[in-house]
This record gives sequence, C-alpha cells and structure tokens, in this order.
Amino acid sequence: MNDSLLVAENLRCTVGPRALFAGLSFTVDARELVEVRGANGSGKSTLLRCLVGLAEPESGDVRRRVEVQYLGHRSGNSGRMTPVENLQWLAGLRGGEPDRGSVDHALVRVGLADARHEMCDSLSAGQQRRATLARLLVAPAALWILDEPLTSLDDAGVELVVELIAEHRARGGGAVCATHRTLTAGPASARVVALSQGTP
Amino acid sequence: MKLFLAQFRRDLLLAVRSRSDAANPVVFFILTTSVLGLGTDSDLGPGVIWVLALFANVLAVEGVFERDHEEGTLEQLMVHARPLFPAVLGKLAAHWAVSGLPVAILSPLVAFVLYGSTTGIPVLVASLLVGTPTLTLLGAIGAALTIATGRGGLLVAILVLPFYVPVLIFGASASAAAMTGEPFDFALLALGALLTASITAAPFAVGKALAISQEH
Repeated sequence: MNDSLLVAENLRCTVGPRALFAGLSFTVDARELVEVRGANGSGKSTLLRCLVGLAEPESGDVRRRVEVQYLGHRSGNSGRMTPVENLQWLAGLRGGEPDRGSVDHALVRVGLADARHEMCDSLSAGQQRRATLARLLVAPAALWILDEPLTSLDDAGVELVVELIAEHRARGGGAVCATHRTLTAGPASARVVALSQGTP
Repeated sequence: MKLFLAQFRRDLLLAVRSRSDAANPVVFFILTTSVLGLGTDSDLGPGVIWVLALFANVLAVEGVFERDHEEGTLEQLMVHARPLFPAVLGKLAAHWAVSGLPVAILSPLVAFVLYGSTTGIPVLVASLLVGTPTLTLLGAIGAALTIATGRGGLLVAILVLPFYVPVLIFGASASAAAMTGEPFDFALLALGALLTASITAAPFAVGKALAISQEH
C-alpha cells in the first residue's frame, strides 16, 4: 500500500438528489493504469476532478502522494498564445525555468513541430488536443489524470496517447483515464473502475 | 517570485494581444470624463474623477478570470501553482497595469480639461496610483466568486461596491483637499494602509473563491 501514488477511499458525489457514485474506493499504484468507464453523465469527470483536488467529494477521502498532471475537458491553453508560449507559461508555473529545448522536444513528439508558433485559436481541434498532450512531457508528474484524452484525435493521435501512457508506466508513473476504449498496449493491462448510475 | 513573473508576463502578453478588450476601461474613463466636462458646469470636485476611475475598475475587473475559466487555463493554474498566492498576485498586477495604471497616468489630462488648473494634480495621481490597485484586488474576489455563475457583470459590481467605498472616500478627499490647499496626508496614508492590507489578504481570498467556483 505504501507505494500507492493515490488512494481514494469511500468517495461519494451527488448531483441534486441523485448519487453519481458512493462508497467508491481504489488505489493507483506505480506503473498502473486505472481506466474509469461509464456512460455519459455517470460522473467520470466529477470523479477525476475530485482526484485532482479541483472538486471536493461529498464524503470520503483522496490522498495524493505525488505531483499530478491533469488534462480536462477544457484545453487549458490560451487561444491567443502559441503552443510554445502556453507550455512556457506552464513550466514557469511549476517553478522551473521555461526551457525552450524541452518545449520544442515535446511539441515535436506530439506532432506539432510545424504549428508551434501559430495561435492556439487557429489550430484544429485535434491539434489543440495534441498541444494539451505536450503538457504531459513539459511538466512531468508521477500521476496523470486524463479526462477523455482521445477526444478529436486521429488514429495516429490515439496511438500517440497509448505510447505516452506506456512510456509513463515504464518510468514508474501511474495514470487515471476516463475513457471509452482501452488505452493499454501489448500485454499490459489496466484496472477498470466502472461507474454505473445509482450505485447505492 | 518566479511564479509571480511567469503569470505577470503571460497576462501582459495576452493584454497586448487583445488590445481592444484591454483598452475598454480606459476608453470608458476618457469618454465619460470628457462628456462630463462638456455637459456640466464646472464646480465638479475631483471626486468625479475618482468615481469614474472606480467604475472603470469594476468594468475591467469583472471579467478578469472569465476567459481563463473558459479555456481551462484557470484549472491548470490551480493544479500547478504552488503556492497559488504569487500567481494570483501576478495576474492581478498585470491586470492593474493595463487598467488602473493608464487611468492614473491619464488623470492629469482629464483633471486639467475639467478644471483648467493644475493645483492638486500630483496628489490626485498619487491617490489613484495607491488606491486603484486596492480596487483591483478587492474586485477580483467578487469576480472569482461569480465565475461559476457565468454572469459576473452587475453581480460583481453589487458585491464589491460596498468594499470600494472606503477607498473612494479617502481617494476623493485626498484629491479634494490638495486642490483647496488643505492637508491631505492622512487620506493618502489611509489609502496606503488599505493597499498594504489588501495585497496581503486579497490574493488568499481570491484563491479560496476560485477553489469554490472550480467545484462545478
């Protein structure tokens, strides 16, 4: 238990009178991928926001033992700045020097080398999603919390996410993903947390 | 300090990129004061300049977090900025630099047009330089509380105006006293005290308010 990156205990969240989930407990260990499954509206995003600390569960406890990187529904990039500027800002927020080398390297990796000096507003939805993926490389964190990272990505983009997660796990990182399809590669496996509405 | 600078630089860059939005409060200040000069007889105290500077401030600060909230950059700020305090302060400093600062810089011109005299103008500028940052810091608390409702605007004004009143009173009385040659140091010192208090406390309150409104 001691090497768990995150422990969630007995989480309960409600929307109005309806319980999204209750009594939900799980851990995320090093090298582990937890896939959060559930229909639309079943509370996947809410659960993830609780894990990051952006939302408070109604009851229960979330213990994060490592730094977290969060990719939500909203891009998290300013539309009036270029991918490079956005990533440099993020690096600055983390207290690091905005290192041009690692920013460029990350953007090459996610396939945005040519668009790195264009305003994010003028990028396509898929390119914008790739710009958010670059954050995972620029601001490394042991725990990734990804809310439907595949949205608007093409096949190559989906491959990229699967690869990034596999590499992250190989380095000893853990990840929680809300997703509708599995994000594992090869023989690796994932723990699945299923959310079904009206859990008692 | 690094966090402060990272956020300050980014927000200044964004303000430059969206000049027309950023210039709105300043344009409001210039337009209203010049119309007042045309439409009324003289005898308006410098209080009028202060009232209009205050409204320009409400107008500006109301949307300070809106775009960041929509784009998810606010989420990233909350997740990564440890501590949040310097990042919030950096953001508000950048905001003041494009809203309060230009108003203070333009106020001598406006005052001269309205009164045709230069008496007391240095004190007016000083009171705006010390007073408007307090307005921005207090207003940001209201703006942070209302982002989740998606309808800041008037609501922010109603929330924060009562807290603006002391700043307005000291600011207007300092400038009025200086114009008539009365002592003004107490009012200026009081503005300084209010600023010191709000720099220390307001970013915490803003952080807390942001955390509350992120829950949705």
